[in-house]
Amino acid sequence: MNTLTTPARPSTATPPGARGLLRDTGIVMVRELRPVVRDPFTLIFGMVQPLVFLALFGPLLVGSLGGRAVDTLGGSVWQWFVPAILVMTALFGTSTTGANLLFEFQTGAHERMLVTPLSRPSLLIGRSLKEMVPLAGQAVIIVAVTIPFGFQLHPAGALVGLVLLTVVGVGLGSLSYALAIAVRKQEWMFWGVQQTVIFPLMLLSGMLLPLETGPGWMQVAARFNPLAYVVAAERTLFAGQLVSATVFWGWVAALMTAAVGLTVGVRAMLKSAD
Amino acid sequence: MIRTHALTKDFVVSRTQTVHAVRGISLAIEPGELVAVLGPNGAGKTTTMRMLTTLTTPTSGTATVSGHDVVAEPGQVRRHIGYVGQGNGAGHTQRVRDELNAQGVIYGLDRRAARQRAGELIETLDLTELAARKVSDLSGGQRRRLDVAMGLVHAPSLLFLDEPSTGLDPQNRANLWDHILSMRAAHDMTIVLTTHYMDEADSMAERVVVVDRGEVIADDTAEALKAKLAGDRLVLTAAAGDVDRLARLATGLPGGRDVVVDGTRVQARVGDGPGALPELLRAAGDAGVHVATAQVHRPTLDDVFLSLTGRSLREAENDDPQGSPTDKDVT
Repeated sequence: MNTLTTPARPSTATPPGARGLLRDTGIVMVRELRPVVRDPFTLIFGMVQPLVFLALFGPLLVGSLGGRAVDTLGGSVWQWFVPAILVMTALFGTSTTGANLLFEFQTGAHERMLVTPLSRPSLLIGRSLKEMVPLAGQAVIIVAVTIPFGFQLHPAGALVGLVLLTVVGVGLGSLSYALAIAVRKQEWMFWGVQQTVIFPLMLLSGMLLPLETGPGWMQVAARFNPLAYVVAAERTLFAGQLVSATVFWGWVAALMTAAVGLTVGVRAMLKSAD
Repeated sequence: MIRTHALTKDFVVSRTQTVHAVRGISLAIEPGELVAVLGPNGAGKTTTMRMLTTLTTPTSGTATVSGHDVVAEPGQVRRHIGYVGQGNGAGHTQRVRDELNAQGVIYGLDRRAARQRAGELIETLDLTELAARKVSDLSGGQRRRLDVAMGLVHAPSLLFLDEPSTGLDPQNRANLWDHILSMRAAHDMTIVLTTHYMDEADSMAERVVVVDRGEVIADDTAEALKAKLAGDRLVLTAAAGDVDRLARLATGLPGGRDVVVDGTRVQARVGDGPGALPELLRAAGDAGVHVATAQVHRPTLDDVFLSLTGRSLREAENDDPQGSPTDKDVT
């Protein structure tokens, strides 16, 4: 057995404040992404998933809306549907962040992260961002596939749209993390709660089918769903309009989701060891 | 290195039930010590360690670790300590070398230094052939070595080990300890470990803190605890007619006490067994008492625990009256 040759202790001065948070978030994200890169099969499946949905649901949407598509949706069905499917992918990806955590509670891997000097919010943000990185790839594929069918790409709007989605993703991921902590002693509850919450959120956002064709009460309910504002803003952004009231309310909803998510998530984390 | 004052932790289980996992522990641990916290499951060992490592906040009392208060400056404490928990710290989908690199970067090493450090730890802890493996493919003993490597990435001056060898077979336990002790020698580390294996506390630790029901009930070197609280035991057999005389002679030995006669067998506790036995045999010979067999039993820490609490460690594990949820083994 040989002894260690670097007895020098590492610099223990982590930059404080925002720089520290940024650095720690990067570390957490890169660490979470590494197994994905090492095992690209899961990545490939993840990339294909929204395409399957697009291929099977898209034609139904076109069929059921038929000729009304142009007046109801204000343009091509794909123009309406592509931004929504990205929101959906982000919603599914980030809302399951907590599921990985459940296993890490059992093994001790989560405890390991808590005992390191990593800033607490970075654990939430880094994990959520890990779900958002593949999303950028998925967006490219989806756009490439739908352009031949009439989708028009407005690059600036699309990029801002992805940033907006990232902010929402951080909020949703943090809430999922908090949920995992809350149910860590009854793990089966995680999926029950996640499914119960995710479907109303999805349907009441006008993601899959236009809310305009639904009854009045649904439209009222949708006003209380932050995701509805995000979906509307994404559609506007992907149509190339960067500044509008719709986009503004989308940002408000996204930032609020992130703020609430991080607050709840950090509080849950601090209590998670009790 | 560590100072605690009246540290307590209550867990509110329900409106009517509160578990007092730790009840006022005051400890001082100096740099360079190797201290074992020994006690049955549910005694409050793990909860105490979790408070010292900032994983849980004390209900009352104070604790300073490496010069920083665990509640006021948890970040500073985390930077200075190494910790190996009861579970496996590595992510299951991660590879061994990746995980060690990540830990190095987390503790502030730049990428090159982190890679170099990971390489050294891999070699030192016999992980070379496993470096590219996924954590989920490792055996229990291999994972434990990786846990120790992760705890040592930043060459901490203080290392906490929570039940380091639980679930390992004797060979792996011995192997793990070889690694820990050589690291300690190389780095001048202070080590605090919890264990419910008394032989581990006995053979490894220079100081044993015995904890029961959330309180420190004894604190000394293993030798001193055994001499003070248990003492050596002599067991002799003699002819039926000689037993009573032999018992009287045993009572007269230095520190001779608890003399029990059982048929042809005489048992006695003495201060120094190996010294007392020849003396007793000489006295017996002079008195014409014929001793058939003679044995010295050195006491174990279990004897110490028994004499302190009236329960053996094993019994205490089973009745587990104060068992708090986080203090149970997570295996």
